[in-house]
Amino acid sequence: MTFDEIFHITLMQGFAGLSLFAVLLLMGLGLAIIFGQMGVINMAHGEFMTIGAYTIFLMSALTEAYAPGLMQAYFPLAIVCAFLAAFAFGWLAEWALIRHLYKRPLDTLLATWGLSLAMQQTFRSVFGPKEVSPTLPDWLMGSWEITEGLDIPINGMFVLGLTLVVTGGVLLAMYKSRWGLRVRATVSNRTMANAIGIDTRKTDRLTFAIGCGIAGVAGAAFTTIGSTGPTSGSLYIVDAFLVVTFGGAASLWGTVVSAFGIAQTQSISEFFLSGSMAKVLTLLLIVGILMMRPQGLFAAKVRR
Amino acid sequence: MSDKHLQSSQRRKFMLGAAALPLALAMSRMGHAAALPTAQVNTTGLAITDTEVVVGQLHSATGTMAISETGSIQAEQLAIDQINQMGGILGRTIRVIKEDGASDWPTFAEKSRKLLVNDKVAAVFGCWTSASRKAVLPVFERENGLLYYPTFYEGLEQSKNVIYTGQEATQQILYGLDWAKQEKGAKTFFLVGSDYIWPRTSMKIARKHIEAFQGGKVVGEEYYPLGNTNFNSLINKIKIAKPDCIFAAVVGGSNVAFYKQLKAAGITANRQFLLTLSVTEDEMLGIGGENFEGFYASMKYFQSLDNPNNKAFVEAFKAKYGPRAVIGDVTQAAYLGPWLWKAAVEKAGSFDVAKVTAASPGIELPTAPEGFVKIHENHHLWSKARIGMGQADGQFKVVAESPELIEPDPFPKGYQ
Repeated sequence: MTFDEIFHITLMQGFAGLSLFAVLLLMGLGLAIIFGQMGVINMAHGEFMTIGAYTIFLMSALTEAYAPGLMQAYFPLAIVCAFLAAFAFGWLAEWALIRHLYKRPLDTLLATWGLSLAMQQTFRSVFGPKEVSPTLPDWLMGSWEITEGLDIPINGMFVLGLTLVVTGGVLLAMYKSRWGLRVRATVSNRTMANAIGIDTRKTDRLTFAIGCGIAGVAGAAFTTIGSTGPTSGSLYIVDAFLVVTFGGAASLWGTVVSAFGIAQTQSISEFFLSGSMAKVLTLLLIVGILMMRPQGLFAAKVRR
Repeated sequence: MSDKHLQSSQRRKFMLGAAALPLALAMSRMGHAAALPTAQVNTTGLAITDTEVVVGQLHSATGTMAISETGSIQAEQLAIDQINQMGGILGRTIRVIKEDGASDWPTFAEKSRKLLVNDKVAAVFGCWTSASRKAVLPVFERENGLLYYPTFYEGLEQSKNVIYTGQEATQQILYGLDWAKQEKGAKTFFLVGSDYIWPRTSMKIARKHIEAFQGGKVVGEEYYPLGNTNFNSLINKIKIAKPDCIFAAVVGGSNVAFYKQLKAAGITANRQFLLTLSVTEDEMLGIGGENFEGFYASMKYFQSLDNPNNKAFVEAFKAKYGPRAVIGDVTQAAYLGPWLWKAAVEKAGSFDVAKVTAASPGIELPTAPEGFVKIHENHHLWSKARIGMGQADGQFKVVAESPELIEPDPFPKGYQ
């Protein structure tokens, strides 16, 4: 193997790690808000991602039927729709189910698991049990060939870019906006927050819905790299919880750092070991570190 | 089903009967159940009356596997409807009891017991994954039931109570590898699979064949957990190994991710030859034809097969399930089940499981959409192997076909 080839593979492998980081972060981000900030164990997180994926499918089918000229341009708008759809369903789920269970965190686990099963079967009844494939714009699929033998996946760059935008937005909203202030106040001390006039119920509902909306964006983005089917969400749910728990549930920065750590460990070990062994090694490392630091990488500095 | 199809299938039936006189005699008695009293065709207490015979259907209509099993459910139902329109079996109409295995293996075992013990069905068409088949096998053997199993699978199994209508591993793999060597000049192979029994057994056979019989070389062998959605590191390893052929058996949601990411990494058909065991027209729905265009699949059936049987089958299938319905390899194999059972029952002149299985070896089905098939002593089918090239519209173009029927060999010597 020539020096050039080694250099190219190193670059591409570096990008593989980055793009896995983007995927993990994007799937963990919504959950970091719902599980980390609100303490709701949302087992239906994957299904909210699936809502986003199916929104893309619907939008692509609609565009193909009514405005075939816009096939190259519909995708960004479809992502916004995916956010809105998942946001609306999240709002509904909070109102119908979650708000009755805030004082019983373990029951939310059962309730949201039931919700996830119900949603899966609904997808199956509405869209059919077989996987579907949204028609994606040509510019999104394919590779950017910088030189001979050096290909950077365009969908990977797209997911990376989108993740940076969404993460930036969430961090900004959480630490610079009134909503973020109210969320943080409610997390720190619900009674006091109530006492100083924050409508904690409304804050809860909005927070949950935003978390779900971000899950929808993640699901939409993943149509470029993964499958769209009734059970696609279940492919992501374990990794999403892993990222959030490992990072330290209440810390958004923890989620970012943990996604980066897991992605690099996974991606580098995959390159030198077999795929299944890499997964074993990554999980062993996570278990080991969590045994030493049960609260995760970044401990919460709040009183519950 | 259209009248036209009904006529053509009756015509075929007539021609079939003319070729075999005893069969023609049996058929002339069809519609006259009195000629074959229930006491005579059913000595083991199965759910059979003078006008009706009950069978079971056991697939996952819900849960993860519904993605794959829906096609089989539809094809079996279509075959049973067609048989009923032709007058049923031995003058008896087939009634189906549908049970849902719900993608859960213990549920499969429980439902199969219900079908055999409570409902006393004469035959069961069902299962898809090997895990579900292994779960129901002891039940079928203990209760002496009869199962028609449609999926291509890893082999290493043979039961007096099961007829396997899909390919065992060697039927699917060896022809494909030989074709890859002869037509594509492939000498080095990179084997990729999901991490469970079917891909691992298949790749074991493939490696043996490549190294011991073809003088080729395996330059990489990788397995990824089921449900894995990130293949970028693997793709880089493939780029380093530079194989002549990527030989793939990735399944489920991983399958979609694998092909989307291959394309994104610049590995497309004009730069790389890829042959897979796990992409049919069904999987193409999820992968998207544009992401598989130009890659090859090794199967025994493709929807685009050009023969009169298949034309009638595709037409009937679309008439029943809509113009957008697609038919994959396993769907066709599932369609064979009821027809093979019908032929065996008529040959045996009885619904008794022991007599039907005894009559099964040697049963020929010239009307199969995939073309002529025959049941082997070992309860698998003699069938042809074919190579299809993926098209952008999600269909395959058949580019090669084995000249002869390939003998099923579930316990291949020299490949263990």
